[in-house]
Amino acid sequence: MHNFKLNSLRPGRFGFGEAIRDAARINDKIIGIGVDITKSVSMNLFADEFPDRFFSLGIAEQNAISVATGMALSGYIPVFSTYGVFASMRAADQIRISACYNKAHIIIGGAHAGISVGPDGATHQALEDIAVMRVLPNMTLLSPCDATQAYFATKAAIDQCNGPVYIRFGREPVPDFTSLDQDFKIGKAQILHEGNDIAIIATGHLVWPALEAANILKNEGISARIINLHSIKPIDNQTITKAAIDCGAILTAEEHQINGGMGSAVAEVVVKHYPVPMDFIGMEDSFGESGQAEELMNKYGLNSENIVFKAKELMKRKSK
Amino acid sequence: MKEALFLIKKAREIRKSVILSLNAAGSGHLGGSLGLADVFSVLYFHEMKHKPEQPDWLDRERLILSIGHVAPVLYATLAESGYFDKEELLTLRKLGTRLQGHPGRDHGLPGVELSAGSLGQGLGVAVGIALMDQHEKKDKRTFCIMGDGELQEGSVWEAAMSAGHYKLHNIIGIVDRNNVQIDGKTEDVMSLEPLADKWRSFGWHVLECNGNDVEELIQAFAHKSDEKPTLILAHTKMGCGIPEIENDYTWHGKAPNGEEMERFLGMLVKNR
Ligand SMILES: [Mg+2]
Repeated sequence: MHNFKLNSLRPGRFGFGEAIRDAARINDKIIGIGVDITKSVSMNLFADEFPDRFFSLGIAEQNAISVATGMALSGYIPVFSTYGVFASMRAADQIRISACYNKAHIIIGGAHAGISVGPDGATHQALEDIAVMRVLPNMTLLSPCDATQAYFATKAAIDQCNGPVYIRFGREPVPDFTSLDQDFKIGKAQILHEGNDIAIIATGHLVWPALEAANILKNEGISARIINLHSIKPIDNQTITKAAIDCGAILTAEEHQINGGMGSAVAEVVVKHYPVPMDFIGMEDSFGESGQAEELMNKYGLNSENIVFKAKELMKRKSK
Repeated sequence: MKEALFLIKKAREIRKSVILSLNAAGSGHLGGSLGLADVFSVLYFHEMKHKPEQPDWLDRERLILSIGHVAPVLYATLAESGYFDKEELLTLRKLGTRLQGHPGRDHGLPGVELSAGSLGQGLGVAVGIALMDQHEKKDKRTFCIMGDGELQEGSVWEAAMSAGHYKLHNIIGIVDRNNVQIDGKTEDVMSLEPLADKWRSFGWHVLECNGNDVEELIQAFAHKSDEKPTLILAHTKMGCGIPEIENDYTWHGKAPNGEEMERFLGMLVKNR
């Protein structure tokens, strides 16, 4: 059984906002950029404490990325956040050329990731941002699994990187369970639960359901290795390959399109180093829709029940 | 005016280097590069505080070249200023070169401030630099050269709005107003006029001048605003300096062959 305690329910964006504020207290080069939804991405924590370092740029994401690049070229670390749908795609070309090609150390907070955004519906549910961000040269792509980890991921983006970083986090309160003294290393996956019958690699909001699935599977005599892939780029080749060797089958789970998502990134590693049967949980080439977060997660199979079901199906394909 | 004669001479050297490097490359953008030679001469040999021997000098004034496709005139000017040896200009666009088809900082050419080439992004970057200079209360300017066709990109106006909002009087935007773009005349492709009014309505101080006249350019820079961002509509001729191709937009994206190169170089000497 996994022994993580569910401390509380918290949205990932809180961890992001707190980290920016705390980092800014010791680093006067951190600059905040607002694009009209400052509070809903938790940047108000920074803006209220450091008004002279916060610049409102209005609803103009493309300009925000170019401005951030100019700030980075002047030796600052600008932080920009908006809903992931806009952060990743409205400004995709600016991110590619201004930010990535110039290796500008800017932090892009992709808020409201996934279908759990809920009632706002398809327009505001970021389900393609992993695919778009992970193909960009020089980009670092982080996908923390809870608010506490969002805090450490954001700190790491500031301290461990020198190019652009996209951090993906959600809107809804979700189980906050990772440790307050965790050692967050970019490029290093976390093994949260040991097992050798199947490996389940999850990211973001699907990590907690994966842990729940591990408990259910355990009761049925199946030991599942649960891996939290919080760092999608750079990716942890070693941990993924070892999971393929040890477990012989890999199921991935993410709140994102299956096409081009975290599972695709894992498959690229597996196919190259140690091919084993794989399956993928995620959005199956469709937009989301309105509904409560939990209803939507259940409708689209982004829950522990479906992880258990798919895991058992996948195990049938394992070579004996 | 002695200074003017010096700048005219520098512009001629820049044009010469542009023609030589484009011929060596076999492709590239001649028209716009020639049209901007006078602007570059005035910027690098008169206006901007910069140190070719110390390209990363923190207090330097930067040129953000938003229209990366006129890289040849930037490279020619940087070489003319002493950032690197002129011989290297002949490596333009070749495998392994520091002189990428569109500027790429990663390739290590000193003096290149921004990797750019996707239109509509430079002014935003300049705003970011100028905002931080304002934040540090630094007394220096940031220059940004844009094309007129480029102004059809919406992102330019997002940037213009933000510069106006923050009253960034430390930004000087220069629009290469040659009235042409790849498909033809700007006013046919997508009309820009009344262009000066557009910038004014975004909170900019607008000046117009002949962008191929160094004395008019010097005057324009001298009349920047101390309260608002300044935009210089520099009326230029695409291909300026080579009468045979002036205002001929088919030379937007072409390089001269050997015979054309000789003819063009001859015309340069004759003209001034
Ligand atoms: Mg033009």
